[in-house]
Amino acid sequence: MAKPTDLVQGTLDLLILKTLAHQPMHGWGIAQRIRQVSKEALQVNQGALYPALHRLEQQGWIRAKWGESENNRRAKYYSLTPDGAKYLRQEQAQWKRLSLAINLVLEAS
Amino acid sequence: MRWYYKLPLRLRSLFCKNQVELDLSEELKFHLQSQIDEFVRQGMNSQEARRAALQALGGVEQVKEECREARKMNLIENSVRDLRLGLRMLRRNPGFTVLVILCLTLGIGANAAVFSWVEGILLRPYPLVAHQEQLVALSGTVGEEREQTSWPDLLDVKRSCALCKTVFVSSITGATLSIGERAEVVTGSMASANYFDGIEVHPILGRGFEPSEDTGSRGHPVVVISYHLWQTRFQGDPKIIGKTQRLDNVVYTIIGVTPEGFYGTFVGRVIEFWVPVSMLEVLNGGSFKLEDRGARWAEAFVRLKPSVTRNQAQQEISAIAARLAVEYPDTNRGRGIKVWPLWNTPFNHARELLPIFEIMVVVTMFVLLIVCANVGNLLLVRSFARRHEMTVRVAMGADRCRLLRQLLTEGLLLSACGAAGGMLVAYWCRHGLVLFFPGDMLYLPGQIDGRVLGLSAALCLVVTLAIGLVPAFQTRHLALADTLKTEASSVMGARGRAWFRSSLVVLQVTLSFILLVGATLLMQSLRKIRTTSPGFTTTRVFDTWIPFVAAGYDASRAKTFQDELIQRVRALLGVEAAAYARVVPLGYQMFSSTPIAVDGYEPQPNEQPTADYNEVSPGYFATLGIPLISGREFSRADDENAPRVAIVNQTMVARYWRGQNPIGQRLQVKGNWARVVAVVKDSKYYSMGETARPFFYVPLRQYFAIEPDIHIRTTQPLQTIQAALLREVRALDPNLPLFEMITLQEQVDRSTSQQLVAVALVALFGGLALLLASIGLYGVMSYTVSQSTRELGLRMALGAGTSNVLRLVLSRGLLLTTTGILLGIALALLLTRLLGNLLYQVSPRDPLAFAAAFAVMTLASLAACFLPAWRATRTDPMRALRAE
Repeated sequence: MAKPTDLVQGTLDLLILKTLAHQPMHGWGIAQRIRQVSKEALQVNQGALYPALHRLEQQGWIRAKWGESENNRRAKYYSLTPDGAKYLRQEQAQWKRLSLAINLVLEAS
Repeated sequence: MRWYYKLPLRLRSLFCKNQVELDLSEELKFHLQSQIDEFVRQGMNSQEARRAALQALGGVEQVKEECREARKMNLIENSVRDLRLGLRMLRRNPGFTVLVILCLTLGIGANAAVFSWVEGILLRPYPLVAHQEQLVALSGTVGEEREQTSWPDLLDVKRSCALCKTVFVSSITGATLSIGERAEVVTGSMASANYFDGIEVHPILGRGFEPSEDTGSRGHPVVVISYHLWQTRFQGDPKIIGKTQRLDNVVYTIIGVTPEGFYGTFVGRVIEFWVPVSMLEVLNGGSFKLEDRGARWAEAFVRLKPSVTRNQAQQEISAIAARLAVEYPDTNRGRGIKVWPLWNTPFNHARELLPIFEIMVVVTMFVLLIVCANVGNLLLVRSFARRHEMTVRVAMGADRCRLLRQLLTEGLLLSACGAAGGMLVAYWCRHGLVLFFPGDMLYLPGQIDGRVLGLSAALCLVVTLAIGLVPAFQTRHLALADTLKTEASSVMGARGRAWFRSSLVVLQVTLSFILLVGATLLMQSLRKIRTTSPGFTTTRVFDTWIPFVAAGYDASRAKTFQDELIQRVRALLGVEAAAYARVVPLGYQMFSSTPIAVDGYEPQPNEQPTADYNEVSPGYFATLGIPLISGREFSRADDENAPRVAIVNQTMVARYWRGQNPIGQRLQVKGNWARVVAVVKDSKYYSMGETARPFFYVPLRQYFAIEPDIHIRTTQPLQTIQAALLREVRALDPNLPLFEMITLQEQVDRSTSQQLVAVALVALFGGLALLLASIGLYGVMSYTVSQSTRELGLRMALGAGTSNVLRLVLSRGLLLTTTGILLGIALALLLTRLLGNLLYQVSPRDPLAFAAAFAVMTLASLAACFLPAWRATRTDPMRALRAE
C-alpha cells in the first residue's frame, strides 16, 4: 500500500477552510474529516495542523469558540468567517484553474 | 472588516498571555486525548497509545512554539520577554553591568561630545542663521597665501556673480563700551548693510541696516546690539531703540536688538554689536578704505543660490578675480579670490581648530573600538559561563534565531544605557572645549541637535551589533551533547575558541599602541615648541596697552602722552628698557602687510612681493632682546619729518638682497621709499611653529598707530611693574585705564594652546586606551589560566617549577602583545601623518616616539599578565587533578 501523500505546502489552508465551510469543527475533527473525505489518501501532518489553524485565525479567515465535543470534552471549535468564505471561494477557483492547467499539460501528448 | 476579528486577538495575545497559553495547552490536550482514544480503539494499550499519539503530533512544546510563532504577536511578545530576561541577567551581575555600561558611556560619550563640537563649531557654527549649508567664506589670495578682501573687490563680486545670492561682510572689531562706572572692551562686527538679510536673522526690536548705511565715511553712527548686551548692560530696556550709546569715543544711535541665541558669525567669539562698515576708520583707525581697492580688511561670506556647488561658485568668482587683476593691475595683479566651506573659514578660529577635530574624531573612534573590544571580551567571558543556560534553551526548543535575538537584546540594553550616559557626558562637555584655551575668552559651544542624536543612536546600534554578536558567534559552535555533559577544560595555548578572544585583545593593543605613539609624538613636539626660542626674551618682558581712542584722544594728544609716559617708565626702578609696538608678536592681532618693491630685485611676471611689518618705537629691539646684526635701532630722530627708514630681518635680506648688505638700500612700503638702516635676527611673528618669513619694521612715528602695545623689560615682578605703570599713567591722566598686563611668555603659551589641546586629548585618551587594553589582556590571561588548571597541575606534578609556569603564561601574554604592537607599528606609520601641521620639528615617524610607546605598552602588558601568571604558579597540583 502506498504511503498517504504528504500535503503540498499551502493546500492545507485550503482544505481546512473547505472543511470548515460545512460546519464548525475542532482540530482533531478537521484532520479526521480530511482523511475520510479523501478516502485515506490525504494524511494531515498533525504538527502542522495547529500552527495553520492559529495562522488562519490571526488572518481573520476563521474564528474560534470553545464548545462541547461529541464525547463531552471541552474542545476549541473553529468556524469560517464571512471574509474566510469569500477567501475560500477565491482560492477554490484559483485551485481549479491551476489543476486544469496542470492536467492539460500532463495529458498533452 | 477583518481587523474586527484580528484586533481583539492581537490584544489578547499581548495582554492575556496566560489565558492564551492555557487555551493552547487545552486545545492540544483535547487533540491528544482524541488521538489516544482512537489508537485504543484500534487495539493498543493506553501506554502505547499515548506514546504513539505524542509521536504523531511531533512534540507538544515544538507545536506550541510554532503556534506562538503563527500568532504574529510573537515579535513584540518575544521582544518584551527578551527585554525582561535581559534586564534580569544584567541585574544579577551588577558589577559586570556597571563596568560594561561605564566603558560604553566613555566610548559613546567621547564620540558624542566630539560630534557635538564638530556640529556646533564647524558645521553649523552660527545659531539662528538660516541655511548654513549655502554659506561659504570668502578670502583673497596672493599665490598660496590668504588675505582679507577689499571693499571695491567685494562690490564687484556681488554685482557680477550670477551664482551668488548675496555677498556680505562681517569683520571682527572691538570697542570700549562704558555705561555708568563700568567700562569694558566688547567684541563687535563691522557689517555690510545687507548683513542681516544675508544671514536671514532679523532684529527682534528696531531694524537692521538701511542699504545706504554702508556708504560714505563716518556717515552712519548706528549700532545693532545683541540680546545679551541689551539684557545685561541695558537691563532689557523696552524703549532702547533710538537711544544713544558711546562706543570708544563716538556716539551711536541704537537701531536694533538681535534675537536671543544669536551670537554673530565668528567662530570662537560672541559678537555683541554690529555697526555698518562706513564706521571702519572710526573703529580701526587709518584712512577711508571703502573706495581703496588696495586696502584689504574685509571678512566676507557668500550665500550661494540653492543647489549651486562651491566648485561652480569658485570657478565663476575666479573668473571675476582674473578680470579684476587685468582691470586694476596696480592693486590686483597676481591676486585671486577664493571661497571656503564654513568649517575651513580662514579668518576665524575654525581653521586652527580643524586639525584638532580631525585628530579628535580619529582618537575617539579608536577609543570606541577599544571599548567595544573590551566589552565584547567581557561578554564573551560571561557567555562561557552561560553556555550551559544557552544549551539548555536550545534543547528545550528555542531556535538559534531566538538565542541570537536574546543576545542582541542584552547588547542593546547595555549600549542603550551607555548611549544615554554618553549623551549626558556630551551634554556636560558641550562647553568644555573652551577650558583648553585659558585666558583667551573664547566661545566654543557644542551643539546637540537631531544630527548629533542620530549619529549617536547609529553608533549605539553599531556597538550593539558588535558586542551582541561576539557571544553569538560563540553559540554558533554550541554542540548540545558535549556542553550538557561537561565543561571541558582547555589546554594552555590551545587554539580554537580562544583565538577570537585573543584577536580582540590584539586589536586593543594595536589601537592603544597607535594612540601612545600619537601622544608621544605630540608631547615631543610640544616640548620642542616650548623650548624653542621665539627669537625674543619672554620671561622678563611685560606687555599691556592703553585704550586711548575710548578716552577721546586724537593722534597728536596720544603722541605727546606716549612720549611722556615712556620717559617716566624708563626711569622706574628695575626697568631696563621700554618701547611701543603696534602689534605684539604671537598675538591674535594681524601685522600690517604691504606690497613691497626693492631696488635691484626683479619680481617674476606674476609675482607681487609682499611682506608683513610692525610699527615700533625706538628701543624696541633692546626691549624684546632681538639681536641687531648690523646697523642701528630706530632713534627719536626718525620721526614724521625725517626721511623714512626701515629695519629688515635676515630672511628678507636673503630673499630680496640675495644676502648682500642691504643697509642704505631702498625698500618701498605702501608706495613710499624707505632706507634700510639695520638688519635684525629672525624671530617668530604669528606662531611658534612657523617657518622663517620675510619681515621688517618701520618707526611708529612715521606710520602712527594710536593704540600701540607697550613692552617693558624689567627685573621687577608683574604686580610691582603693573602698579608702577598704572601710577605713572594716572599721574599723566587720571581717567585712563590700563589693560591686563601679561608676560610675553604668557603670550607664547597662549599661542601654543592648540598643541596643548592636542597633547592633552591624545594623552588622555591614550592613557585610557592603555588601561582598557591592559584590563582586556588581564581578563584573557586570567581566563586562560583558570581554564587550564588541570594542565598546569599536571605540569607541576611532573616537575615543572614556578619559573617554568611563569614563563609559560607570560610568554603567551607577550605573544599577544607583540602581535598587537607589530600591527600597531605598521598602522601608526600610516596614520601619524594625520598629525601633520601639529608636529613641530618632529618627524611623524620619529623612532624615539615609537620606542617609547613600545616600552610603555610592553611594561603595561607585563603588568597585566603578571597577576594571572603568579596565580598559575599557586596552582595546587593535587587539588587540580583531583577536581577532574
